Amino acid sequence: MTAAVNTQALVNDITSALKDKPGALLPILHGIQDAIGYVPPDCVPDIAKALSLSRAEVHGVISFYHYFRTTPPGQHTIYLCRAESCQALGSEDLETYAKEKLGIDFHETTADGKFSLEPVYCLGNCACSPAMQIGHDIYGRVSADSFDAALAELQQAELEPSA
Amino acid sequence: MTITVYVPNDSSAVSLGADRVAKAIAAEAEQRGISINLIRNGSFGLYWLEPLVEVATEQGRVGYGPVQASDVSSLFDANFLQGGTHALSLGIVEDLPYLKKQQRLTFARIGKTSPTDLNDYLANDGYRGLANALAISQADIVKAVTDSGLRGRGGAAFPTGIKWNTVLNTQAEQKYIICNADEGDSGTFSDRMVMEGDPFVLIEGMTIAGIAVGASQGYIYLRVEYPHAHIALNTAIANAYQAGYLGEDIQGSGKTFHLEVRLGAGAYICGEETSLMESLEGKRGLVRFKPPLPAISGLFGKPTVVNNVISLASVPIILDKGGDYYRDFGMGRSRGTLPLQLAGNIKQAGLVELAFGLTLRELLYDFGGGSASGRPIKAVQVGGPLGAYLPESQFDTPLDYEAFAAQWTVLGHGGVVVFDDTVDMAKMAKYSMEFCAIESCGKCTPCRIGSTRGYEVMDEIINGHNVEQNTKLLRDLCNTLLNGSLCALGGMTPYPVLSALNHFPKDFGIDEPAQVA
Repeated sequence: MTAAVNTQALVNDITSALKDKPGALLPILHGIQDAIGYVPPDCVPDIAKALSLSRAEVHGVISFYHYFRTTPPGQHTIYLCRAESCQALGSEDLETYAKEKLGIDFHETTADGKFSLEPVYCLGNCACSPAMQIGHDIYGRVSADSFDAALAELQQAELEPSA
Repeated sequence: MTITVYVPNDSSAVSLGADRVAKAIAAEAEQRGISINLIRNGSFGLYWLEPLVEVATEQGRVGYGPVQASDVSSLFDANFLQGGTHALSLGIVEDLPYLKKQQRLTFARIGKTSPTDLNDYLANDGYRGLANALAISQADIVKAVTDSGLRGRGGAAFPTGIKWNTVLNTQAEQKYIICNADEGDSGTFSDRMVMEGDPFVLIEGMTIAGIAVGASQGYIYLRVEYPHAHIALNTAIANAYQAGYLGEDIQGSGKTFHLEVRLGAGAYICGEETSLMESLEGKRGLVRFKPPLPAISGLFGKPTVVNNVISLASVPIILDKGGDYYRDFGMGRSRGTLPLQLAGNIKQAGLVELAFGLTLRELLYDFGGGSASGRPIKAVQVGGPLGAYLPESQFDTPLDYEAFAAQWTVLGHGGVVVFDDTVDMAKMAKYSMEFCAIESCGKCTPCRIGSTRGYEVMDEIINGHNVEQNTKLLRDLCNTLLNGSLCALGGMTPYPVLSALNHFPKDFGIDEPAQVA
């Protein structure tokens, strides 16, 4: 209950701070997703009201863009590049490996809530293919081994609370 | 004297461990009691050598690479701070042939400077173009850009000066400059390198564009997949505002130009200019019908210049050195330089800025050094996911808009993705259809439905079902996409599909020689 109230308050804060910008909807959706990891369908009516749009229009925008999600992501979202340059250096094998390793397909989250897996069509790291992004961190020349190492590092970092 | 050490902050260099290297160098220097000045520069784009560490010496900047954090201690032992010899020594970086053979105009500063340091920008010819622009009339600024022969570097190659002239001559109380930084093409990263490695050159180019056409507001529409560029741009914009290079009364000229970065949300179609404007207006990124041209009725219905990052970043040098200077590079109607991006299965992947006219073969072998796997190069996709695949027989084509167009290929944004002989071109053709289906905005039927049907037909062909009949169907479908789509997504997906089919029929299970499209 409290969490829901907090989310709504947060959404309202973000919406009222940005609603007067020209073309405010995308900045608002980014603001919400940055803050809580996704755009809860419950907040659509509030956003629509603040921008004098219909709920359908807001929903239409959220569903148009691949980046916006309406369900909570895992603790870490792994973006694997599927584009041509990465394919030229074996990204398909990496994709198969990652899916098997995590036991999930694209657009899914592991049962323990740790990892979500998303496809991405180019990270602009094409000179260092195959490429992957986790959070804001970009990885180049990713192999099965370095994929494992990156995940292990993330799990290690959780065990060591930062100072 | 404090020694200056450079470790790139470019996201590709970081993806290979540059942050760890920088940290290790700082820690090792402190431990050894040596005072160093560590600068996080942009990347020169010699990515097989990244992370590329440089040390400023009297002879010039001496390079080491590719450096990993575990190499740092031995670099100190080898006295690299004085340019000492190490297994990773590269000599003077500027003298490396890959760099020395280039003609860097737009990328003149990238790799050399500290990207968001305004003083460094000013000390390296920054804002000279703006100073000249402020001293001449709006029409003369536009004339300089027209004279330079600059054509849109996003891929469509429309003359930039003509676009600016239309906006200049359209009366309105509000006009806009939009930088299209939705660099979604696979195999391209030159926009990213500019935004991360020299953001002020883009800001300066946009400011000049704003002053030239009378637009007081600019937007950089940046793809969300570029978080490092986002940070660099916002930092540079804040610095430019603080120093009076953005905002009201720029450098005491009485001119106003405001600039804001807006993020996309993972839609490839928003790199199409009308879809981009819909997105900026807060809507679904549906393609608009043209006319009206954006230059007459664009963002919020106002006259709008929409230019790619590289086009705008080429403006400062044109205003600094003159349209003629820029025009003297290149061939035919392709004037100036093009930053080419070598990617995929290539030994020396990276950024190569050159005057138009080099052949693809020279680029692949003289710069690229052949495939990374050591196997023969089978196909090269030039111009992003909507660009044609070129077989070896077309490698002698000069890199020039018209020469490429003459053989049904495109130069696009200058991305070059290399595949060795293990690639299955039928699979690549199927992927092109899949990509079009995933990224179609859905407004026009050929693209929305045709891409999915194309994916299914390719599946049939790959599975060997009625190959002859299905190939005919595929060609027919491609013809509909080519002629009936509203924008380049549906309209150009046939380029990779049909070029794969025509040049590599065996991969489609066809033995007879290819028909001509």
